[in-house]
Amino acid sequence: MDHLLVAENVSKQFGNFTALNDVSLEIPRGSIFGLLGPNGAGKTTFIRIINQITLPDKGRMLLDGHALRPDDIQHIGYLPEERGLYKSMKVGEQALYLAQLKGLSKAEARERLKYWFDRLQIQDWWDKKIQELSKGMAQKVQFVVTVLHRPKLLIFDEPFSGFDPVNANLIKDEILQLRREGATILFSTHRMESVEEMCDYMALIHRGNKLLDGEVNEIKRRYKSNTFEVGLMSGDSDALRKELEEKFHISDTDFKSINDDLKLQIQVGENSSPNDLLIFLTSRAEVNHFVEVIPSVNDIFIKTVTTNA
Amino acid sequence: MRNLKLIIKREYLARVKNKAFIVMTFLSPLIFVGMIVLIAYLVNLNSEERRIVGINDESGMFVEDFNDSEDVQFIDLSKIDLEAAKTIVREKEYYGLLHIPQLQENTLPEIEFFAKEAPTFGFLTQMEKTISDKLTNRQLITRGIDVDLIAASRAKVEIGIQNFSGEKTSKMSTYVKMFFGGAAGYLLMMFIIIYGNMVMRSVIEEKTNRIIEIIISSVKPIHLMLGKILGTSLAGITQFIIWVILGGVMLTVVTVISGMSMAELHGPQQQAMEQISDNELQQLVIDIAKLPMLLLLVSFLIYFIGGYFLYSAIYAAIGAAVDNETDTQQFMLPVIIPLMLGIYVGFFAVIENPHGVVSTVFSMVPLTSPIVMLMRIPFGVAWWELTLSIAILFITIAGVVWLAAKIYRVGILMYGKKPGYKDLYKWMKY
Repeated sequence: MDHLLVAENVSKQFGNFTALNDVSLEIPRGSIFGLLGPNGAGKTTFIRIINQITLPDKGRMLLDGHALRPDDIQHIGYLPEERGLYKSMKVGEQALYLAQLKGLSKAEARERLKYWFDRLQIQDWWDKKIQELSKGMAQKVQFVVTVLHRPKLLIFDEPFSGFDPVNANLIKDEILQLRREGATILFSTHRMESVEEMCDYMALIHRGNKLLDGEVNEIKRRYKSNTFEVGLMSGDSDALRKELEEKFHISDTDFKSINDDLKLQIQVGENSSPNDLLIFLTSRAEVNHFVEVIPSVNDIFIKTVTTNA
Repeated sequence: MRNLKLIIKREYLARVKNKAFIVMTFLSPLIFVGMIVLIAYLVNLNSEERRIVGINDESGMFVEDFNDSEDVQFIDLSKIDLEAAKTIVREKEYYGLLHIPQLQENTLPEIEFFAKEAPTFGFLTQMEKTISDKLTNRQLITRGIDVDLIAASRAKVEIGIQNFSGEKTSKMSTYVKMFFGGAAGYLLMMFIIIYGNMVMRSVIEEKTNRIIEIIISSVKPIHLMLGKILGTSLAGITQFIIWVILGGVMLTVVTVISGMSMAELHGPQQQAMEQISDNELQQLVIDIAKLPMLLLLVSFLIYFIGGYFLYSAIYAAIGAAVDNETDTQQFMLPVIIPLMLGIYVGFFAVIENPHGVVSTVFSMVPLTSPIVMLMRIPFGVAWWELTLSIAILFITIAGVVWLAAKIYRVGILMYGKKPGYKDLYKWMKY
């Protein structure tokens, strides 16, 4: 597979603290890659190494097949978690300055800013100072500055924190659009639902170690436990429950239903198939509801982190 | 390099466009000129008042020795008795009454001065001198000594100072050198503190604004630090030039408008100069002209750049280490102490002996050399000393900037924890 960014055995130590321990990752070109981990896991250090803010002690980063070079910053757009702008500088002036630092000429930067300001309908902010804008408004400006130089690799550290739902959605759509235009996107977050929704690939980092990585669906398949959520109608619920308890591993659950069902989660053993369960159930009761329980990224996250603690 | 230029430009504009900067730049000369005018006015007002002093001289010997001057007028009240004289003085609101009783043989008269308020020290001294001179002369005469002979044989000695290449100097020139050296050193210290603080505040601002990570994902931290230092120094130079121009223009305008000549503006100084003989005044002008002005100016520029760079790198590192300005206190001492030491060494050791061991050593130590060497330059410093001092300074700058950049690089990304010196040392090794 074609990888835009490859980390090879990257390690970083701060004094006695190990921020990253021999982490190897491959980020496919054109993918949305979720970098997950609890606070203090080493995500920010990893991203800072990509941005050449910090140098790794061991290992190397390859962008487009070559070791990172100083001028690679032109191909990377980074929206840090801790982000801000100069308070007393005007929006337009500031955006022009930051764009020029990324290697754009002034004319080019002005043209592209005009496009983005029109697109996000913030044209009349140009001459305002940042201190006159709300936090959400400032974040829009930051987003524009991050993507303005059309980087190959976009890195978003907790991109949705601080946005209201409307703007978060707007930014999400813009990110998806950028991916369609060919950008590769690296998400760093501990908000699982955004990974669930947007990411094709993910990696989980905990205390500087990579615990798992791969395609999101493939990981989910790996973590599924052959468990099904069922809703059953039967004359004698208690007898049915007893019988099921003997044959399978069951637990109570709840879901929305119009019937007065017996609601259960049933785990099928390694050797039997969903069909075996279904045949057994239809012979005892009316099956109103039958759904495979797919592990959420959240479940996988908690499970992996707690078992490795 | 392109980014460094962009940063310098932004930092420069951010400083110069700042409202406080504009207000300070344009208001300071106004305040300065205003103060001069006010002081000149007050001094004039003070001396315009002519004092009238009554003299009650019972022997009648002294009264003709008190001559009227610009600020004092004497009125002879010897013909009436003391009580009547007192009444006149009180009623007419004279400044005071001098009472000299009849002379007794071999004892000094008990001379008294009656006034509502105690007279000024200068006035009292003058009166005492007049009476003492008269009495001394009288006693010399009674003892058979020719007073004119003494006056004729009085010798006034002045030691002419000359160096081995034949250049003449005077005591005056030492004062002139002290003044110019001291002023240059003091100005440099003020500049370092004001603009070093500006660099520090700007670093803290970027940290608290959280823009720092966005910036350093585009540029190297050392470029950001250098750009900030350079941009701020340009702002400082701009302000300085504006002050010089504005101050000059305004002083001229004020002088023309008020019709005051420059000499009148400097009333008190002029009086002081009257006491100096014309010869000495001439010497003063010659002394100022003889100062190595060009060398002093060029050195000021070099030492300003050097000193400012050295200290503002430290200021930048301090700014990077802390989260807000109140936390800077603990790190300020090592910055302020060498500056103060430089000023004190300059004002005491250099003036005492510009070429002594203390002066020489401190003009070599990089943290104090900008100030101390500037103060030494008017007294003449060997070329090799100057070169060595500048070389040491700039080598140290390279080292300090390198270390400061290391602290800066780590510090700007550290939040929440208040670091100590131990942490700073650790950061240098990351």
